[in-house]
Amino acid sequence: MNETIRELLAKVGGLPVAVETLEDGADLYAAGLSSFASVQLMLAIEEKFDIEFPDNLLNRKSFASISAIEATVAQILKAREAA
Amino acid sequence: MSLPAFAADMTLGARAHRVAAVAAEFADRVDRDGRFPREATDAMKAERLLGIQIPTAFGGESASIQEIAEVCSILGQACAASAMVFAMHQIKVSSLVEHGSESEWHKDFMRELASRQLLVASATTEAGIGGNMRNSICAIEIDGGTCRLTKDATVISYGAHADAIMVTSRSSEKAAPTDQVMTVFKRGQYTIDKTVDWDTLGMRGTCSDGFLFKGEAPAVQIFPKPFAEIAAQSMLATSHLWWSSVWYGIAADAVQRAQSFVRAAARKSNGAVPPGATRLAEASNLLQLLKANIVAGLKTYADAKADPDQLSSMAFSIAMNNVKLASSETILVIINQAMIICGIMGYKNGTPYSLGRHLRDAHSAQLMISNDRILGNTSTMLLVQKPDTSLIG
Repeated sequence: MNETIRELLAKVGGLPVAVETLEDGADLYAAGLSSFASVQLMLAIEEKFDIEFPDNLLNRKSFASISAIEATVAQILKAREAA
Repeated sequence: MSLPAFAADMTLGARAHRVAAVAAEFADRVDRDGRFPREATDAMKAERLLGIQIPTAFGGESASIQEIAEVCSILGQACAASAMVFAMHQIKVSSLVEHGSESEWHKDFMRELASRQLLVASATTEAGIGGNMRNSICAIEIDGGTCRLTKDATVISYGAHADAIMVTSRSSEKAAPTDQVMTVFKRGQYTIDKTVDWDTLGMRGTCSDGFLFKGEAPAVQIFPKPFAEIAAQSMLATSHLWWSSVWYGIAADAVQRAQSFVRAAARKSNGAVPPGATRLAEASNLLQLLKANIVAGLKTYADAKADPDQLSSMAFSIAMNNVKLASSETILVIINQAMIICGIMGYKNGTPYSLGRHLRDAHSAQLMISNDRILGNTSTMLLVQKPDTSLIG
């Protein structure tokens, strides 16, 4: 999942730095992720993993780093399995 | 006469009304000359309104967002420029109150602000960023315990009259444009050289001139939290809600003038309803919508305040954006109705029904953070945000 998220981030994130140089825990907003690009990223992830982010996860924290995104996606996938 | 008869009414409402009386007296002169509303801001200091939001533990009054909104509206009914200066100051103070309590320096500054009634301005816009204050070009330089900053600030409202300025910048020379911090500079720690004149259609008294800002201060004066969090968690909401409260005040005063006009006309014609009466009913309807929208927004913020996740959620941003869009557009319709009702007496300056200043001041509302930018921002969020269709929430 980490790889896929990184691929999507590279594609739509519009970051001024190379995604490979970012640690999993690095602050994406500080790295230059704009609010517009973060929405593009959310859309791309929804499409790729065939999920929808519920409203309570649509906040800055859920998308603050690569590991935060991983955790958010994992949480949604887990909830879907449980359902 | 007994002693209590001499005691002034010290409730917040009474203090705000006393300041409003001063602001109203000078409103036309402030507007005509495009000068700072010195009398009104001196009155705010004398009535100790500048520190009301500071927690009581630091010498303030822990005023709620609703109480501050009410003061904005009371002042807005008298002089929109004075009210906007008050609102912008309180927006700055909200950053301190919400994000400064973990830093010793910022706590001390809150105490000083409350005790000395300091007026705080801000420098968030910059030449070259295209109006998006969530980007900076300038970068703060940290050299040991000192920070230095030079900013080509195209707007610093009442900058020449402030006791301190909060300035945004990139967090370092290497930082991305969105990686911002905000720093408090006290008067004496900076110089400002005027670069652009504020000669405008309305809101002339805010004196939002452009300046070249150069500051040097202890590095502890930088807010410990990233500006992105400050902007999302307090500035977005307080700006949209308190600006809207000022605008409500302008529209409420316009409707009041129109109502006086219609009433006077009805008296003269032995109770026959003058032609503008129907429009007055429509304006009153719109004013109520405007009020309900702001009151609901204030409640949404008050409810969300306890939960940082909710404050930075899309649903919350959209709700605040919508308050701003609706109030900035509705006031123009309301004041225009009032103008048609009052006719030439509303169009002329210097009558009890004059509405030229109201209308000109109100035109700033759509531009203070362009509504087009806000609409674009909301429409982006709506690509992923799921609507909440409940009525009561």
